[in-house]
Amino acid sequence: MAESEFVYVTYIRTTPEKLWRALTEPEFTRKFWVDTVQECEWKLGASWTLRVPDGRAADTGEVVEIDPPRRLVLSWQNHLFPEMTAEGFTRMTYELEAKGETVKLTLTHTMDKRDSKTIKAVSNGWPHLLASLKSLLETGKSLEGTDRWPEGI
Amino acid sequence: MGADVDKVFKALAAPERRLLLDRLRAENGQTLSQLCQHLDMTRQAVTRHLNLLEEANLVATIWRGREKLHYLNPTPIHEIAERWIGKYERGRLRALAELKSKLEEQSDG
Repeated sequence: MAESEFVYVTYIRTTPEKLWRALTEPEFTRKFWVDTVQECEWKLGASWTLRVPDGRAADTGEVVEIDPPRRLVLSWQNHLFPEMTAEGFTRMTYELEAKGETVKLTLTHTMDKRDSKTIKAVSNGWPHLLASLKSLLETGKSLEGTDRWPEGI
Repeated sequence: MGADVDKVFKALAAPERRLLLDRLRAENGQTLSQLCQHLDMTRQAVTRHLNLLEEANLVATIWRGREKLHYLNPTPIHEIAERWIGKYERGRLRALAELKSKLEEQSDG
């Protein structure tokens, strides 16, 4: 069992197909994911990179499971902070489930290590990004501060 | 959004449910039995409170084999905060909260 883990759930008024595109198409994800770009072919075993605006690869990994528009699992290693890089790979999962007029999005991020610094760091960021994603899909506008990369990181 | 927010406030309005959230914040991913330990509540009462928290989306659950694990899901609280707290206030509010906890720690000790 994973030793460091969190689970976030949000309900978004949309369809699983639209939410899947919103989570995978870089033109869309950069609007709520602080102007980062995901580089991936979205196939099993494909490499995945989250690139920040100045060109650095913030996080890399690969597609461990993919079943559009229901489930995506990525391995995930951070490269911006040495203490997080040293921890190796975490595992991030999106699960999409239609519930009436909404889609339940469950995001889990886990690591087989107690008190993981990477998990602590991403757990600070996800609630804000998810709230922004919801706002973007439901109102067409993302939340303040999520459309550009924070200064100094 | 309105009905969802009502559920969140209603769920947070009971001290027993806030205590359960505190327990999950201290240790995320607990089973019902783990949560019942050291609590002065019946298993039925804890189940009822957890159901209300789950309905309000303050608790997310995941099945691991035959075990149902409970996780604190702060997403709805974050959405409420977004509604009333501006981007530029966030830093100042954090500084104030830190000051308050430091001062209160000192007076305790």
